[in-house]
Amino acid sequence: MSTVPGRGQPTPYTRGREDGPVRSICEVLAYRKIGAYHQLTIVAPDIAARATPGQFVSLAVEGGGTILRRPFSITGVSQHGPWAGTIDVVLDVVGPGTAWLAGRSKHDVVDVVGPLGRGFPLPRQPATCLLVGGGYGAAPLLYLAAQLQHRGHRVDLLFGAKTGERIFNAIEGKRQASSTRFTTEDGSFGTQGRVTDVLPDIATSTGAEAIYACGPMGMLAAVAAQARERRLPCQVSVEELMGCGVGVCNTCVVPYRRRDGLANVRACYEGPVLDAKRVVWEAIGTTAMAGEPVEQGDAS
Amino acid sequence: MSAERRPDLRVSLSADPARPLELPNPIVTASGCFASGREIDRFFDIGGLGAVVVKSLTLEPRLGLPTPRMVETDSGMLNAIGLQNPGVDAWLANDLPWLAERGVRTIVSLAGKTVAEYRTLAERVRGQPGIAAIEANISCPNVEDRGMVFAAREEATRDAISQVTRVSAVPVFAKLTPDVTDIAAIAAAAVEAGATGVSLINTLSGMAIDVETGRPRLGGVTGGLSGPAIRPVAVRAIHEVHRALPDLPIIGMGGVRSVPDVVELIMAGASAVAVGTATFADPFATLELVEGLPDWLAERGYRSVRQLRGAVQA
Repeated sequence: MSTVPGRGQPTPYTRGREDGPVRSICEVLAYRKIGAYHQLTIVAPDIAARATPGQFVSLAVEGGGTILRRPFSITGVSQHGPWAGTIDVVLDVVGPGTAWLAGRSKHDVVDVVGPLGRGFPLPRQPATCLLVGGGYGAAPLLYLAAQLQHRGHRVDLLFGAKTGERIFNAIEGKRQASSTRFTTEDGSFGTQGRVTDVLPDIATSTGAEAIYACGPMGMLAAVAAQARERRLPCQVSVEELMGCGVGVCNTCVVPYRRRDGLANVRACYEGPVLDAKRVVWEAIGTTAMAGEPVEQGDAS
Repeated sequence: MSAERRPDLRVSLSADPARPLELPNPIVTASGCFASGREIDRFFDIGGLGAVVVKSLTLEPRLGLPTPRMVETDSGMLNAIGLQNPGVDAWLANDLPWLAERGVRTIVSLAGKTVAEYRTLAERVRGQPGIAAIEANISCPNVEDRGMVFAAREEATRDAISQVTRVSAVPVFAKLTPDVTDIAAIAAAAVEAGATGVSLINTLSGMAIDVETGRPRLGGVTGGLSGPAIRPVAVRAIHEVHRALPDLPIIGMGGVRSVPDVVELIMAGASAVAVGTATFADPFATLELVEGLPDWLAERGYRSVRQLRGAVQA
């Protein structure tokens, strides 16, 4: 990647328009291990100023013959302090690219594109919001929780994972919500089971008026079904494998009912936050729509 | 350096005075790697590129293949998108006017399932303002020939390309697959059918398996390999076609991400160079090549990028 223009530039190097996403060469301000995850705080004033909860950034990685960026949710933004704007991203090591990133430390330089994608729409009236996260899908929900609380909404958190160390940042969660509840499949932390085992009780006891969810597709489908049963508006941030992160490669598609018909929309461009009731959950990853022409609809 | 000393980046992609194609610089986008144009225009004014080659259009809208659609491989990636696109009519109504309004030189990529569909597609785009050229993607399966890609055979290449050239008022480029024994013979068949030039190369057919599950890593099972891994294949294919047909304009592509990569394809015989996978890694990739090329040329005393075409001493 050393031949890519912009590398070797003094930081901060930022390129882009007056609004929208930019590419920045940024310094890492801090590294933290949080349970099974790694959190990087990155000096990125332009991205911090433009980001909203639910948006993500993509980071260039090195090593192992990798050529593509890796996408990461923004879990927090600070617009103040001597660095004039930082973003926090959370990563889980799943391959050589994320392993390289997890090895970054203070003063290292990273190449960031963002903020990208559609973030969470916020309630117009004061509302009680239930935020449901699976694994490190909890990361963007902490940023959302902070924003909701700041605007006077009630926030309740429900985070689940396979094991206790994969519950992302329980301490921060407790600070940002009226109530918090945790579930683990092995029972090592919180209630044994899945988030959907306790979601109905929590939604009733808190008087939830809206649900926001982020996590694996299977969990999102189950949360969406429960929200539908209770007739609650539900916005989900989908996890689908991405190629470019900027809307041009058509890798990260999700079957979706648009006003003009059925379409494969891009998680990185029309999403990652989508209206749960429009996602065609049963068609995800199946061949049901494979290669078939449709009667109408803009599938770009 | 004074402005008049800047190396000349202009290139001509047509030897036919009735159907000219002059670009202000040789950097264009590779089909299927630039969506509608709006996505990358969020980052910079795409009107500064030599041309934009849009995603292949089919007669009907297509939803494409199931996920996973992409897998990263060593220095490359495989994709199996399945020609997802809004269909030619929706593109003409929604996307072309936006490109035309911005003065983007647009090359429309057309993909047919049958020989007759190429003609219908060419008729639909004929006379539409803002279309500078057609790229006929004949590296897709011919349903009338057991799914064999058109560009795998000289006869099917001639049949499909002649349907397009017969009705087109703009230059026509045949996009060829490298998965053939003699690519120069396929290029010659396209020229006999009236093609203005050729686009070399499409992705290489490939496959990857998850050895833990024993399943293919792509929903579509096989896919197209792109990225730096394929650049030597592109250089070879361009070199072979340029040697056989020295006057034929060539849009070269395959794993280009740096200025020296651009020069390498031009030295092999490309007149212009398309950039695909590099845009996935950096949305500014194409623009930075347009900006970086003049310095590279000036530092070495070249006055024009055209001096380098086919300059390899082989």
